[in-house]
Amino acid sequence: MFSLFILVPLILLFVLNLPVNFISRAAVGLAGVFLLIQVLLALLHTLLPWVTYPDILGAFFAFNLYVDNLTLVMLLTIGIVAFVSLMVAAGTIAQERQKFYFVNLLLICVIGMNTIVLVRDIFSLYIFIEITSVTSFILIALQKNKSAIEGTFKYLILSAIATVFMLTALAFFMLACGDLSFAAIHSAFFNPGASFALKLATSLFLCGLFIKSGVAPFHGWLPDAYSAAPSCVSVLLAGIVTKVAGVYVLLRLFGSVFVLNPSLQNILLLVGAFSIVLAALAALTQDDFKRLLAYSSISQVGYIILALGCGTPLAFAGAVFHFFNHAIFKSLLFVNSAVLEKQFGSTDMNKLAGLGAKAPVTGFTSLIGMLSTAGIPPLSGFWSKLIIIIALFSAGRFVYAGIALLASVLTLAYFLAFQRRVFFGKTDSALEHVGKISFGLRFSEVSLAIITAVAGLIFVFAHNNWVLPLRGIFW
Amino acid sequence: MTVRLIRSIVGLALTSAILAVIMYRLNSPLAAVFELSVCSGLISVIFVTTVSFTQRISNEKLAIRRKERLLRFWYLPIILIAAGVLLSQHLLVPHFSWPVLEPAKELDVRNVLWNARHLDLIGQVVMLLAGALGVVVLFKEPKK
Amino acid sequence: MSQSLMQMFGLFSIFVILLMITGIYCMLVSFNLIRIIIGFEILVKAATLLIISAGYICGRTALAQSIVITLIVIEIVVMVVAGGVALWAFRHNKNIDPRDLGNLKG
Repeated sequence: MFSLFILVPLILLFVLNLPVNFISRAAVGLAGVFLLIQVLLALLHTLLPWVTYPDILGAFFAFNLYVDNLTLVMLLTIGIVAFVSLMVAAGTIAQERQKFYFVNLLLICVIGMNTIVLVRDIFSLYIFIEITSVTSFILIALQKNKSAIEGTFKYLILSAIATVFMLTALAFFMLACGDLSFAAIHSAFFNPGASFALKLATSLFLCGLFIKSGVAPFHGWLPDAYSAAPSCVSVLLAGIVTKVAGVYVLLRLFGSVFVLNPSLQNILLLVGAFSIVLAALAALTQDDFKRLLAYSSISQVGYIILALGCGTPLAFAGAVFHFFNHAIFKSLLFVNSAVLEKQFGSTDMNKLAGLGAKAPVTGFTSLIGMLSTAGIPPLSGFWSKLIIIIALFSAGRFVYAGIALLASVLTLAYFLAFQRRVFFGKTDSALEHVGKISFGLRFSEVSLAIITAVAGLIFVFAHNNWVLPLRGIFW
Repeated sequence: MTVRLIRSIVGLALTSAILAVIMYRLNSPLAAVFELSVCSGLISVIFVTTVSFTQRISNEKLAIRRKERLLRFWYLPIILIAAGVLLSQHLLVPHFSWPVLEPAKELDVRNVLWNARHLDLIGQVVMLLAGALGVVVLFKEPKK
Repeated sequence: MSQSLMQMFGLFSIFVILLMITGIYCMLVSFNLIRIIIGFEILVKAATLLIISAGYICGRTALAQSIVITLIVIEIVVMVVAGGVALWAFRHNKNIDPRDLGNLKG
């Protein structure tokens, strides 16, 4: 049944490109319906796990797709963020042709990401990571202005280097294990003769994944790509693409396939802590709203990698929950930046001042998003950071737990500075003209804020059923 | 477009051809044919098409570039020589140990590609669609 | 793994490393966006050679060939997209110098 997540968007892509006139005008609607169905199916399968489906397509196609709890969380996140990005595009892109291209590229990107989370073979994983990256290159350069071309070229070059690292690692995996499926690689770790080849392959693949995830010190492309992209593409990139193509692969590989030894753990912990601190310090000096959010993304991804390096199942559950939370509140903040850009024409924080009265909904929802990022109870960001810090303490890594705690203070600092500059204070006289905002943008803002708040409140009652079972995935 | 750029592209095509011969000697005829036809032929055509949209630079700019390149990247030969010295003294090379794999049931390439790896085929189809969309989005002439 | 096979693999890896050094050098020092793309192509061909030779000494030539065929398709598409982006960079800046792509800072 889960191969439908791959085949239905492919068929939808062909249908949208037929030379019939009225279908291309309904493109946004059709894609939106598909993404809503994906969200509903993922939720349904989580809440009612006893419902099974007959596998009709299994007779024709020999896809090796496996689904577990982590996959369902990822499918839910992909559906939500892609749907929000579609609504932002419907509200901000003006030309019909560009909107149509955006919907097509979004569908291919969603095919790529759905397959990344469903697949259990390292070469198929690599192919679909490349598909997701190629569509994000084209998406960033969609409006072809000067800074967008520059951002996408930098992303392209660094992604090419990551590709070469991953391919070299693939060759050594084939040498050490024979077959390239996850089960074969996992069993090869217990074979003492293969240790050198596996160590080499793991470290090369890890370098490639670090570049794709955008953790420091390989984050050079991330602020340029996020800030130069059109606003709907920024929502997609920050919420899902970088995370699924980079961080989810790390979670899956280190949770189920590679066996963690202490040197790998130390590398992950160091890289995570370095990301958190460097990005938080860099975000304090930014003038552009989107670059601030890009550095904040690097910082939060550092938290996920720090939790992964800790090595205990509780930390793994915290990392996955933080992944979900980060997708939701970072998308919320990027939607806010899209609304600000549409209403007032720029994202430069020097020009926007005192907008509290003119944009009340945006101000309130961005406040919720920022408090969730900084980890203020009872919003959802607080719980995931709490789980990560508790796991670090109970594993004995006191220095890293202290760094994680102190970085929350830095996060709060730069976000409060942003709030004060943009929403409070005197209104600038040049900002009198307020553009119109479509229903789709407002709806996505409000619904994402509601999800953040509700996830935080529900967590208190439901953490045993929904978050802690993720511990079981960590072998 | 300058002559030096055409020389680089022809060099790339020659590298692909030599690689195809090596692959044929390593018992991989299908991959060799693919590499020869696609990389030697198609890539050169695509490169020459793309390069023909840009213009040539003048000769004095070439001389300036050559001097700047020497000044900017003086450290690269030094790093290379140092790495070569270290490697030859066996300081960086660890102990190699390769695993002994049991010989696989040697299926034919066609069997592996078409029967066992359907997901890769879907991946190739989706990739080509993404490439087609990329060409449509990126290669359009801007309206005056 | 027999001694002669290991020696052959050592020889091939030296050749692969030489190709990679050439590709990295080409990407680093070129003042022309098209040459950066050519450097990336050389790097991917080096990785292709490594995969084929690893498949040969393992005995898994079928798997290696499937990987290489798919890889060539991916490489073509990435190269075409990179060419398109370089074309638009030329249209904005009137020259294909990568040092002009340094405007976004901070």
